[in-house]
Amino acid sequence: MGQQAEKTKKKVGKGHYKPIIKRSKYWPVVQLSKHRKEFIEEVVEESIKRIKQLRPSKKELLEELEVIHYREKMRIRGNPWRVDPPDDLAFWNDIKAKLLDISTNKENAVSVEDLLRLIITRYANEVAGNFKPNKYRFVRSMVKFGLRRLLNASRVGGIFAIFKSDYYLTDKIQLFGEMEHIRKLGKKGTLVMVPTHFSNLDSVLIGWIIHVLGLPPFIYGAGLNLFNIKIFAYFMNSVGAYKVDRRKKNLLYLETLKMYSHRALIKGAHSLFFPGGTRSRSGHVEKTLKRGLLGTTIEAQRSLLLDKGPQDRKIFIVPVVINYHFVLEAPTLINDYLRKTGQERFYKEQDEYSTSYRIVKFLLSFFTKNSNISVSLGRPLDIVGNYVNEKGESLDKNNNILQIADYFTTQGEITEDQQREEEYTRMLCDRIISEYKRINRVFASHLVAFVAFRYWRSKFPQLDLYNFLRLPEDDLNIPYHVFVEEFEKTRQKVITLKNQGKLDMAEHMFAEPDEIIRLGLDNLGQYHVNKPLFLQKDLILTKSLTTLYYYHNRMDGYEL
Amino acid sequence: MGMSSKASQKKKIGVIGAGSFGTAVANILAQKEEVILYARNVDLVEKINNTRWHKDAAIHPNITGTSDLSYIASQCEILFPVIPSSAFREVMKQLAPYLRPYHILIHGTKGLDISTADGNSTDSSKILTRDNVRTMSEVIRDESVVIRVGCLAGPNLARELTDHQPAATVIASHFNEVIELGQKYLRNDRFQVYGNSDLIGIELAGVLKNIIAIAAGALSGLGLGENAKGLLISRGMIETIYLGRALGGKTESFLGLAGVGDLVTTCNSSLSRNFTVGFRLAKGEPLEDIISSMDEVAEGVNTVKIVHKLARQYKVKALITQTLHRVLFEGMSVKDGLQYLMKYPLNVDIAFLKNLQ
Repeated sequence: MGQQAEKTKKKVGKGHYKPIIKRSKYWPVVQLSKHRKEFIEEVVEESIKRIKQLRPSKKELLEELEVIHYREKMRIRGNPWRVDPPDDLAFWNDIKAKLLDISTNKENAVSVEDLLRLIITRYANEVAGNFKPNKYRFVRSMVKFGLRRLLNASRVGGIFAIFKSDYYLTDKIQLFGEMEHIRKLGKKGTLVMVPTHFSNLDSVLIGWIIHVLGLPPFIYGAGLNLFNIKIFAYFMNSVGAYKVDRRKKNLLYLETLKMYSHRALIKGAHSLFFPGGTRSRSGHVEKTLKRGLLGTTIEAQRSLLLDKGPQDRKIFIVPVVINYHFVLEAPTLINDYLRKTGQERFYKEQDEYSTSYRIVKFLLSFFTKNSNISVSLGRPLDIVGNYVNEKGESLDKNNNILQIADYFTTQGEITEDQQREEEYTRMLCDRIISEYKRINRVFASHLVAFVAFRYWRSKFPQLDLYNFLRLPEDDLNIPYHVFVEEFEKTRQKVITLKNQGKLDMAEHMFAEPDEIIRLGLDNLGQYHVNKPLFLQKDLILTKSLTTLYYYHNRMDGYEL
Repeated sequence: MGMSSKASQKKKIGVIGAGSFGTAVANILAQKEEVILYARNVDLVEKINNTRWHKDAAIHPNITGTSDLSYIASQCEILFPVIPSSAFREVMKQLAPYLRPYHILIHGTKGLDISTADGNSTDSSKILTRDNVRTMSEVIRDESVVIRVGCLAGPNLARELTDHQPAATVIASHFNEVIELGQKYLRNDRFQVYGNSDLIGIELAGVLKNIIAIAAGALSGLGLGENAKGLLISRGMIETIYLGRALGGKTESFLGLAGVGDLVTTCNSSLSRNFTVGFRLAKGEPLEDIISSMDEVAEGVNTVKIVHKLARQYKVKALITQTLHRVLFEGMSVKDGLQYLMKYPLNVDIAFLKNLQ
């Protein structure tokens, strides 16, 4: 703990680290958008190669294209978005005509490969980001300025405090972990940050963290749905985001997307993946990860070794856990989750982020309440999950240095083997998940939720989860003294786990139990209409068992 | 790393452990490649290299014996550890410093490893969980940086392999390349090699069948006939599947060559050590005498001990294992054990297939 705290203090200026690359001209992401056209062409050609490997015969390829055409038409009809290009339908009608020409052997029919190129080029252009350093700087300073003004207004009090600059974001958002280490590796190789994902705020937060660390902007695959909202669209477009359209689940699109990431990694573009795919619906820290994008780190590492040899840049994976006292979207997320997993009809509420107005309102609320966020940066890993040292060398369990090339070597030669790499991806996922568990910082709010929910759950063992969650909240209470006792027991177990290095814990967890519980209750779900947990007279009560379940889940999976 | 220079050299294949099965494997591999055979005992290595005769078999001219682990690891990128489970972890610890991620290990050991946090043995620790019980591939992963591991399992009686009788084996691995390399080097016109991706399932099939093999030997020792054996193999199969699934294997794996195939072979063969243990028990010999008179380990005895505890922990009904445990370690006679099994009220023949997936 002490060591970490010291590291946090080793900052430059207003709590920020010096940029590792001063001139934006040399940022990988700038290089990438400077050569945007060539880069997209490269992605297209490599994707075509890959698709042809996956569907070697003309017949298979044609069938695939027919299916894609059909699904795209369905999407256009059934689920159109504001961001969709106006010529979407015309494009796919044209594809249909060309497919017909091919299947009827018309003389002037295009080749299947040309058709493939046509679609992939469209996809690649859709996916590709367009980073502009000037715009980036502008947005960054806007965000910083805006947030800081708000912060000062709320903390120092009074409307005039809006012009003071006593508080910085770094007071509100605490950073823990291997900052210097990560900065060093940022100069030696390509960083891939893989944070947990609880809130839509995460991407903004991580963007800001990257800036604080003095790292050049990362590229980031943002959900296309976010581009429907103007304020996000502006922000995303300026920070090196590329677009991921979750409606398009077809082979061509997914391979193009993966190839974009793969080639960008090779070019040294630091990248940000949320490997959980979407925000955690249940409130659990991710237990399974999406392998698609993560797999591109392994493919890119192999490509680097094959094309440029073992001396070239390495790819480093940095697991990140974001800890909030509360998650704005919690009630919607958990209802979503229960609807999917349970029998009960949990109907969906409106998305909290549907309008720019609600976002501003949220940000205001967030900064006017005393609620801190902590971001834990894990020890960097190589692409098979070994820790790496400050020189970027991979280490085995006994701290012996390993050659990453050896993992791709069979009988003396580095080879490309897709099945092998899929297996490595699976291993990497497991490794990241275990790192998440280890660097997760327990907050008072997490633990009060966990203890209360478990207490009530244990009183109704005969009910299944869904029936339990339907209990009337009014029937549930815990006498405060009982709660304190239960809480203290669990806290001691958390401390034991922390001492074993199995999880991390916020400093406020070392205060007096009454104090910790008060802090936890005050912070837990303060924004929610129905408070998940509160103290009334001498009773601990809840107004939303499902939301409490959500917060409880964060601590699930430890031996508590 | 010197890898590129090695690529030009003729590759050699390593076998670790010069027991009867290890030697048989080395002889098969030697038909195609240069083989280095490791044995801990220096005198034995000398005997192998000089007399070219070991375990009642001629040693193929392509085989060189060594007692140097660093040498075998530096010369071979593909290694076949074939050592008793009780020594497996220790040998891996010694070998680990010389292993690199480019090594491929395919083991042929049909036993389990116990690693409790407090270093307790099977006897002293009351509860065993899956975390404490490791298959050999898991021991390799625990102790070394090698990721590409596989196992060899199936009806492979060493004597018959040595005599060039037709046979087949299964190589299981999560990695296709491991299976393909294993096939490349082992396959010949007398030896067929199948692949399977359920590494844990195939390992468990080989491990668990040893329990049933002891029981088969006991039946035989009592002088019982083929009806009884059919009954045992069938019930044993079902028990194996339930246990195997509880420990992380897939049902299908137990129905293939490494499951049913190996089970039928071992239950019918006086060449099998586990069968012999059961046979001699039924003849009234005490277990200690049987074990001390055998020159190689019968893995089944230890497996019964471990699986008995696991079955209890995971609430798997394992009648044969339980009864064998009583016979082996709790003083029950073979006859009474059989009585107990025959009287047990069971009337469903087979019930696992409907929930195969």
